[in-house]
Amino acid sequence: MSKITRRKFLAGSAAGGAAMMMTPAKKAFAAGSFEGFPDGMGVLVDLTRCVGCRTCEAACNVEQKLPEPALPFDDTSVFDEMHHGQKRRTTDKAYTIVNRYEPKSADEPLYRKIQCNHCNEPACLTSCFVNAYKKTPEGAVIYNSKVCVGCRNCMIACPFHIPAYTYSSVLNPVIKKCIFCYDTRLKEGRPPACVESCPQQVMTFGKRKDLMVIAHERIKKNPGKYVDHVYGEKEVGGTGWFYLSNVPFEEAGFDVNLPKKPIIDNVKDFLAIVPMVLTIWPALFTGFHLLATKGKSHGHGDDNSHDKQEGH
Amino acid sequence: MVNAGKQLITGLGVLLLLAVLSTSCYAMDYPDEVELDSLADLYEPVVFDHAMHVDVTENCSECHHHTTGTGVANEYCAKCHTGDVEMDVVACQDCHSADPVSIENLRNPQPGYSYHNDQPSLKAAYHLKCLGCHQNVDGPTGCEDCHAKTEAGDKFYRSGEFAPKEPAHSSAH
Repeated sequence: MSKITRRKFLAGSAAGGAAMMMTPAKKAFAAGSFEGFPDGMGVLVDLTRCVGCRTCEAACNVEQKLPEPALPFDDTSVFDEMHHGQKRRTTDKAYTIVNRYEPKSADEPLYRKIQCNHCNEPACLTSCFVNAYKKTPEGAVIYNSKVCVGCRNCMIACPFHIPAYTYSSVLNPVIKKCIFCYDTRLKEGRPPACVESCPQQVMTFGKRKDLMVIAHERIKKNPGKYVDHVYGEKEVGGTGWFYLSNVPFEEAGFDVNLPKKPIIDNVKDFLAIVPMVLTIWPALFTGFHLLATKGKSHGHGDDNSHDKQEGH
Repeated sequence: MVNAGKQLITGLGVLLLLAVLSTSCYAMDYPDEVELDSLADLYEPVVFDHAMHVDVTENCSECHHHTTGTGVANEYCAKCHTGDVEMDVVACQDCHSADPVSIENLRNPQPGYSYHNDQPSLKAAYHLKCLGCHQNVDGPTGCEDCHAKTEAGDKFYRSGEFAPKEPAHSSAH
């Protein structure tokens, strides 16, 4: 009697495991086809217009109530700063920064504003195991500092090296990054502070799909001015902020080797297997084991002696 | 011979008429000085020497597109704006909105043309036009070459009396 119950139990767990495997696998595959919210807002950044005045940095500092900078925002000596052989990066005290580049194919220096690109399918969001991140229908990638445990997975996952960490905080270090001014502006339909402050309208704010049309029109209407590529249209599944440039993007410090697919696509096949491994394998191999031992016990003779052996 | 002489005189006459016509375009009423103050906040208003810029530019349309009746500089615009028609509106702020992405504009988008859909804001129109030209002709390009910072500007940029107290070394973290 006890023998039959155990077999039923094993068969049941195997069936349950198979059912569990099916559901998450479907979800994981559906994630790859998401192309952003239809009315999500975006920003078109025209690098040819930026003159490196750093007004956007000052506007961000005021809007996000960030701490006092080390140098005034009209000090251009920051363009010469190098940290561990790298140009400036976004920090927990500066969610956006402007860097200067010397492109080979242009006589003039090129300035580039760096901030969160608000991906359609953010890698930071995918990597966060406490679900602190959220892509809002308005297009912002925001996060909840209260649930952040400070694991820094998102810092590694982000293809643009944007999330920064409050290393200076001893008790509760958390992630900090640009949130598209979601709380104070985007939610109400207003452009972020940096966009509004820019004297050159390097950044144009609007619906992502409308701006994409404008981006391609600018390339078409100004033959020879731009390279024929909108960086961020396809990169990592599309970004909310995307760029036009007069020099090849690698000369402006962009990573041109990023995949066209969202970062999650690299791991979703693997992630789909995880539930299978965790649920089916134990049941399956227990079954194999039982079959194997059953065969052995038959070899030993009667079933009763086998049961006694197992009881030890 | 007489015929040729007549033709020469007529030709000269036409040339003279053309010359008068073309200078008359330049001779139309324009202010010698324009105070650009509608956006002044972080910087003082700009007193724009319009007369000097009329002298150094070849054609009004370099700044005024097609609105002053002096032809169209941009090939793309010339596809529609062919006639040399002077328009009622010539000032930058007559077309370029100071706040093109206001909540009202975003919620009730204007049907508009498909051609004027990428118009810079007033602030950008000024800067793109002025700075764009100044970079090419070695004109002044520094922010404070054209307009001095206000106290609000110093506060915003953390410069002047609002500059950070501990300079330099803390930036190299």
